[in-house]
Amino acid sequence: MYFIEPHIHIASRTTDDIQAMARAGCVAVGEPAFWMGYDRSNVGGFYDYFRQLTEWEPKRTANYGIRHFAWMGLNAKEAENVPFAREVIALLPEFLDKPDVLGVGEIGLHKCTKNELATLRELIELALGRDELLLFHTPHLEHKLMGTRMILDLLRADSRVNRDRVWIDHCEEHTIRLVRDEGYWAGLTLYPTTKVTPERAVDMIEIYGPERLLVTSSADWGPSDPLAITAMMAVMRRRGHEESLIRRIVYENPLTFMRQCRRFDFTPPQ
Amino acid sequence: MSTSSSASKMLDSEFLGMRCRLIDLAASLDRIDRSDGAPPADPRMAQIRRGLEILAGDAHDRATRVQLEFSLPCDSNPSPLTPRP
Ligand SMILES: [Zn+2]
Repeated sequence: MYFIEPHIHIASRTTDDIQAMARAGCVAVGEPAFWMGYDRSNVGGFYDYFRQLTEWEPKRTANYGIRHFAWMGLNAKEAENVPFAREVIALLPEFLDKPDVLGVGEIGLHKCTKNELATLRELIELALGRDELLLFHTPHLEHKLMGTRMILDLLRADSRVNRDRVWIDHCEEHTIRLVRDEGYWAGLTLYPTTKVTPERAVDMIEIYGPERLLVTSSADWGPSDPLAITAMMAVMRRRGHEESLIRRIVYENPLTFMRQCRRFDFTPPQ
Repeated sequence: MSTSSSASKMLDSEFLGMRCRLIDLAASLDRIDRSDGAPPADPRMAQIRRGLEILAGDAHDRATRVQLEFSLPCDSNPSPLTPRP
C-alpha cells in the first residue's frame, strides 16, 4: 500500500532513510521548517535552510520517486527574540510563492511565553493574509495541554480562520478531543518516549474515527523512526481493521488536506 | 468505532506486554530506591504514584487521565476527557 508521510524533517535524515521509505511505499512527504537542534546566529542561516527545503531536499527525495513538499515558518524555540523573528518572517513570502510549498508551518508554542505568542500572532497574520494552509506544533510534555489551549484560543478569536485548512499537530490523548471538537485537523506523532506509540495512535483512531486525522513520524535529528507509519499500519492490520481504513489514514487524509493548497499539483499513484 | 476483537482476545494479545511494562516500572522504582539520596519528596515521585492510582482505577479513559496528571494546570473547560459512550 502507498502512503504519504505528511510531517518529516528530511534535512535531518540520511539518503538511506529516504530509500527505505520509498521501498516501504512512501510516495510523498511534507517537510515543515523547524528547529535544527541549535539556534541560528543570523537571518542568513534561515535563508539557507529555506533554500535547502525548497531546492536540495526535493532533489534528494525525487531520486527515489518521492515527491517533496515543504512548509515555511519559524519554530517556537527561535521565536523568543521578537525583532529577530520579524526579520525571519520577512523572508517567508519569497519561499511561500514557490510551487511545492504547502503553507505556513510548523509554527506554535514551546514554553508558552509572551514573546512566543507575539511572534506566533505575526506568523498567523502572514498566513491568513495570503490564504495559506497552517500547521501548528503544540508544545511537549507538561506544556502541551496549556499550549494547545492557547493556540485554539488564538484561532477562535479570528473570524478569518477556516478550520478545514488548519492542522494542529502532536495531539495526544488529552488534547485530541479539544482539537477535533472545534473542527481542526488533528495530527498524531509516532515518536518514541515523548509522544504516541503506534498502539496508542490506533487506540485514538478507534475512539475518535478517521475524520480530519493525520498520523506522522515527525522523524528528525532525535530518536525517531522514518518508517513509523508502517509500524502503525501493521498494528491496524493486527487488530483487524479494513485496508480501506488504513488507506484513508495514511494516504487519502494527507491528500485531502494537502489538496487544499492552491499550489499543490500532484498526481498520486493509485 | 470499535475494534473487532473481543475483550478476552484483546487481553490475550496485550497480557505479556502489560506484564512486562509493569515489571519494568517496578524495577525502575526499585532502582530509584536503591540509589543514594533517593528523593522521596520530589514532586515527580508523587506524580508517578498518582499515575499508578489512575491505572488501578476503573475509569475508561485512563490514558487521558494520566496525561492530565502530567500536565501543567490550566482551566479545564471544556474538559479534555472523552465523554462516556
Ligand atoms: Zn516537526
